Amino acid sequence: MKAKHQRLSLALAALVVVIGAGLLAVSALKDKAAYFYSPADLKREHVEIGHAFRLGGMVADKSIQRESGGTLVRFTVVDGADQVPVVFRGITPDLFKERSGVIAEGSLNAKGQFIATNLLAKHDEKYMPPKLSGKLQKTDAVKQ
Amino acid sequence: MIAEAGLAALWLAAAMALLQFALGALGLTQRHEAVKSAVAPVAVAHALLTGMAFICLVTLFLRSDMSVLLVATSSHSAKPWLYKLAGTWGNHEGSMLLWVTILGIGGATVALFERVLNKRTKTATLASQGAISLGFYAFLLFSSNPFARLNPVPADGQGLNPLLQDPGLAFHPPTLYMGYVGMSVAFSFAVGALITRDVGPAFARAMRPWILGAWIFLTMGITAGSYWAYYELGWGGWWFWDPVENASLMPWLAATALLHSVTVLATRDGLRAWTIMLSVVAFSMSMIGTFLVRSGILTSVHSFAVDPTRGGFILLLLALYIGGAMALFALRIGTVREGTQFDVVSREGALVFNNLLLSVILVIVLVGTLYPLVLEALTGTKLSVGAPYFNATAGPVALLLVCGMSAGPLMRWRRDNPKLVIERLAIPVLVLGAATLLIALFAGSIGILPMLGLIVAAGVAAASVAPLWKRNLKRTPLFTYGMVVAHLGCAVSLAGMAADSAFTKESLLAMQIGQTGQVGPYSVTLKGVSEIPGPNWSALDAELVVQRGTGTPFTVHPQSRTFKDPPMETSESAITTALDGQLYLVVGAPTDAISFPIRMWWKPFVTLIWLGGIMIAFGGILSLFGRVDRDLFGFIKLLRRKKAAI
Repeated sequence: MKAKHQRLSLALAALVVVIGAGLLAVSALKDKAAYFYSPADLKREHVEIGHAFRLGGMVADKSIQRESGGTLVRFTVVDGADQVPVVFRGITPDLFKERSGVIAEGSLNAKGQFIATNLLAKHDEKYMPPKLSGKLQKTDAVKQ
Repeated sequence: MIAEAGLAALWLAAAMALLQFALGALGLTQRHEAVKSAVAPVAVAHALLTGMAFICLVTLFLRSDMSVLLVATSSHSAKPWLYKLAGTWGNHEGSMLLWVTILGIGGATVALFERVLNKRTKTATLASQGAISLGFYAFLLFSSNPFARLNPVPADGQGLNPLLQDPGLAFHPPTLYMGYVGMSVAFSFAVGALITRDVGPAFARAMRPWILGAWIFLTMGITAGSYWAYYELGWGGWWFWDPVENASLMPWLAATALLHSVTVLATRDGLRAWTIMLSVVAFSMSMIGTFLVRSGILTSVHSFAVDPTRGGFILLLLALYIGGAMALFALRIGTVREGTQFDVVSREGALVFNNLLLSVILVIVLVGTLYPLVLEALTGTKLSVGAPYFNATAGPVALLLVCGMSAGPLMRWRRDNPKLVIERLAIPVLVLGAATLLIALFAGSIGILPMLGLIVAAGVAAASVAPLWKRNLKRTPLFTYGMVVAHLGCAVSLAGMAADSAFTKESLLAMQIGQTGQVGPYSVTLKGVSEIPGPNWSALDAELVVQRGTGTPFTVHPQSRTFKDPPMETSESAITTALDGQLYLVVGAPTDAISFPIRMWWKPFVTLIWLGGIMIAFGGILSLFGRVDRDLFGFIKLLRRKKAAI
């Protein structure tokens, strides 16, 4: 094999591998990516029971109820337009509190409750998901 | 005064970076040959000035000078001094200043200590460093001035995010930045070599310590970051496939590939264009990492100190640097001579296999990280890509990569006989078989990926020490030991990951005082709960008595801390390390004064994950010493001998 050929075959191998990896990634994304819905999105789109997704919004004021000595938590996620009841078993993350942003991972059950397997609270005083902050400003504007 | 001095130093440093770039570029043309000698002193002056600016900012933070906007928004006078110091880079402006400071020091180090490269390539390298710095100075001075004043002066600052008030902050970001910046130096070398068409073993030897150094820092940064997230977030997880974590993982993957290909270039003069391309990719990944973290486009649990308007600036820099490098690559690579050839079955072939698989993982991580951002920008649809995607795709490829790692070091350069390679692998394969049998007998019910992980880890551990087999251990070079230790570290880390996901025991209880719970081999009793004041927080402190079997009981104190500035809660987990794993205890917010939620994990061999990481970094350090010793000093000796002979 000539030197030129070796370089060419290396370049081809790299190209094939990178394209292959890209295709693999995109096809895996179709199955594995979890969509992000706000309560209003959830009302609009039909999401199957048991299908995993992320629910994002604000924890409604005075909605947090702790049961079983704090190991079971019920609260309501709101986005100004709609609301979804959430049930979570576990210790809530450090920044989880009322009137503050939250992202819950999990799925809906037959009663329309969101069974969260994991909670992500916002980690920065200034931080809010861009879409959510847009929505909240909209609702504030409507209220005024 | 200090703030003004800092700002002045920053402007002067930017001017020096411009001078460094201009003189370097001029020095490359034949007519201005003499200018070349001026570039190195300018690079040193550049580093001194940017260092001065950084020291000014640190001083402002230590003194809690609230008349400076940045100090007022991200510090507080009641903070312990360590966090005042670390708070300097716990925010956007400060961390960008740290970035350019390290960049400047990197350039000065090249200017002062680089002896292997020819002068033209060194000049081109310094010019490229100047150009990279220049973009960051523009960014700092025009959109994120760290020295801006605040009027009127507030009584006190807004404080630092309590999650960041941890010794980890003092260590984690600077380490990662040193890794990123080291990659930028390697990239500048590649640009320099492309400009002067001097791509060969000497260039590879000059570049290798930088790649190794950057890679060591990235490895340590990722390991430390993982452990920090593990104990600080209180979720018991050690890797969340968070975009910010991926931002540090991607440069590491590219650097690992580059580290292996530069060895081929240095020792066998092969893979020339390949190595140049990889250094461009590795730097691009560092830039993308910076972009992801600093632009504020992420819906990330890590989103500290973000500002969306800055994204555009970094994106522009990113496009300029990467586009420029790619264009230069496309223009010049045709004129770089072909390297030495090799067979498919050879050390080089194995290293190409390593590079290809690392590229696959890199593409998978890159696509998974960017896809949600691109999709949201284009269609407005929000989705998250997490562990289910990354584990299912990158997991198997990583296992394959680790398998390849066991065969590669046992192959000869240029050409090898497949039969002999298989013979050399006999013992590792036996170990692999034994591990399979043991796991099938005693732990047959664990998941497929953890099971494969444990089996492969056992085989690879045996294979990674195999290169020392039948060798004179005293005469084995230091960098061979480095490779053995680093590869063994991969096996150790893999074993830890697999054991953690296969055997972790978890329990969540609402405990009353005096109640006892069980997790793994431990029994945990809640003795009492009290309120404890701290320097700038107050904590709910649980007193737990832990006993393993019939061993001596001991007391641990997990806490749920409430900070005042800014108001926020964090949980301090109580972690007990045993030889065979960790007991991880967290206390949560109670509903009443009678029972308290306690979460308990028993994580067998989880510490191996970070021990492996430390071993990988240590292997890199051994290798670095071995290489510096042989490449640089050996080369200098050779030059002296040649001169003496003449």
